[in-house]
Amino acid sequence: MTPNPTLSLTGLETVYDALATAIDQAGSEKKELFLVKLALLNANALGDADLFQQQLHIALQDL
Amino acid sequence: MHNPTAEPRPSIYYNYQVHQPWLPSQHGPQVRQKVVIAGSGPAGMVVALELARHGVPSVIVTSELQVSQGSRAIVFTRRSMEILQQVGVADRMTENGLPWRFGNSYYRGERVFRLEAPHDPDDRFFPMLNIQQQYMEEYLLDACNASDLIDFRWGNQVTHVQQMEGFAKVELDTPEGPYTLETNWLVAADGGRSGIRSAMNLQMEGASYEGFFVIADIKIDLPLPTERLAYFDPDWNRGNTILMHREPHGIWRVDYQLPEGETPEEALKPESLKTRIDAQLAMIGHAGAKWEMDWSSVYSARTLTLPDYVHGNVIFTGDAAHLLPIFGVRGANTAFQDAQSLGWQLAFVVKGLTSQKLLKNHSSERVGAAREIIHESGKSTRFMAPPAGGFQLLRDAVLSLSLTQAFVRPLYHWRTSRPHEYTHSMLNSRGDDNALFTAGPAHGAPPQNIRLAPDDFLLDHLGGGFDLLYFTEADAVPDALMAVVTSARAKGVPLRVIAVGSCPSVAGADVTLADAEGHFRQRYGVQASGAGYLLRPDQHVCARWLTLDATRLQDALTAAMPQ
Repeated sequence: MTPNPTLSLTGLETVYDALATAIDQAGSEKKELFLVKLALLNANALGDADLFQQQLHIALQDL
Repeated sequence: MHNPTAEPRPSIYYNYQVHQPWLPSQHGPQVRQKVVIAGSGPAGMVVALELARHGVPSVIVTSELQVSQGSRAIVFTRRSMEILQQVGVADRMTENGLPWRFGNSYYRGERVFRLEAPHDPDDRFFPMLNIQQQYMEEYLLDACNASDLIDFRWGNQVTHVQQMEGFAKVELDTPEGPYTLETNWLVAADGGRSGIRSAMNLQMEGASYEGFFVIADIKIDLPLPTERLAYFDPDWNRGNTILMHREPHGIWRVDYQLPEGETPEEALKPESLKTRIDAQLAMIGHAGAKWEMDWSSVYSARTLTLPDYVHGNVIFTGDAAHLLPIFGVRGANTAFQDAQSLGWQLAFVVKGLTSQKLLKNHSSERVGAAREIIHESGKSTRFMAPPAGGFQLLRDAVLSLSLTQAFVRPLYHWRTSRPHEYTHSMLNSRGDDNALFTAGPAHGAPPQNIRLAPDDFLLDHLGGGFDLLYFTEADAVPDALMAVVTSARAKGVPLRVIAVGSCPSVAGADVTLADAEGHFRQRYGVQASGAGYLLRPDQHVCARWLTLDATRLQDALTAAMPQ
């Protein structure tokens, strides 16, 4: 089995900036809605409900 | 003194008939009854009619003098129609109801989801039929009145129930005062606010959801087809959901969620109803359309069930046993299945054909069904009326994505009531060939209907007892099988043999159904002559064999009638 591709450092930096800018663009009232939409789109692209659950757990740590 | 109103209830379209109360002074001393049914809603009347089919008499007591106030349950599923066919009222429902199979969900003025419920050419009934509950009750009432075995007592209110050794003592109040009725079995079909359930202090399990919905029936001329309409988060009612359904006689059901914190009393004020209904009509392009209010009410979504429906000699059924959300049309449609299940199983116990284990089985099957419904309808409820917080956010994210992203649109599916399959019922045969079939209804499933001719279907021929479907190329049912059938009948078990095959008439069978092209065999996964299905009196499959023999038929009958 091939491991899932991960982001290169350049790619990660691009995502970092793009996500921050998009959160600001959504505005304080809509940023939650925006992030949930994004999570659903990402989950669908991921195509793996178990992997999504694992990521939920990771994201819930150290809040 | 119980004095129910003798004024006909107001209605634009329904002519209420006020019935005379049953008064104890006009009748002789009361002997102990076999079955008393408290409540004359859909559950109570279908139990009585099913009992009567099995020759068991019952007394229905109801506190009112007329049928349901307002339209209440308006959408009936195919399985409900199949059950109503068994008690003889499906034709009147079909004659007067509006069949449909499409549902539409709208968000920001766009139709984001369209559900097309499949209509199998083998089915007699449409996936859904809309008709007001008063008519459904009237048809059931006429069927009850036509039966010598049903004693219908209007204006009799249950005030007290005492469990005795092997029977129940029921205190009733009437317009001339109280009397007492003893009964071997009391069926509590007294609705969602069951007084019997409260008096017995029985707790339901499950969840209640926040938020209220208004149901309003209006008379209005709208040029729209009979389809379900759902509107999410409209401008006039932000964050909330509106549903619309067409009913017969130019009536439309408008169903809308209230803003957080608003009380039912505020919501039902005429000016509040008017403002909101006008806003809804304007939103769908009919601003200023004239309409007249018929009836309105308020409900909240609950997913609750008693963990056991049999308590001593009292049996709970329908809404008295469980409270289910309106989304997915689960109230009356579940009640019909409860009543059909209870009818035959109680009848078999009353007639001594089985032990009381059959009632335990009824309870576990129907509690199982309620829990399955609660699981499914909880999902619908969390989408239609999401609790504040995470569920609200997710629902709103899905609405927003649904304008462009097809993958989220199936979440709009409202999971309509469907018949529960008794897959793990203790009545299912253990030594049959269930697992070897590759098609056809499995253990515990209701039968797939089969179109035999333009107005002739398999289910027209079933019911009233066990049905053995025997698939054969021969011209007679083998003697060994007939010996088992004859011996069961000699014990009083209603059992019919329905031959399916190529011969015009199969000796030994009560009915022979032709299957010249093999369509029936194919849908039932039958590969060769000699296969069989055993259907319980509620038509659900309890055994099936690729090759039926006498020993295994006997085993299946023994399993289905626990002693």
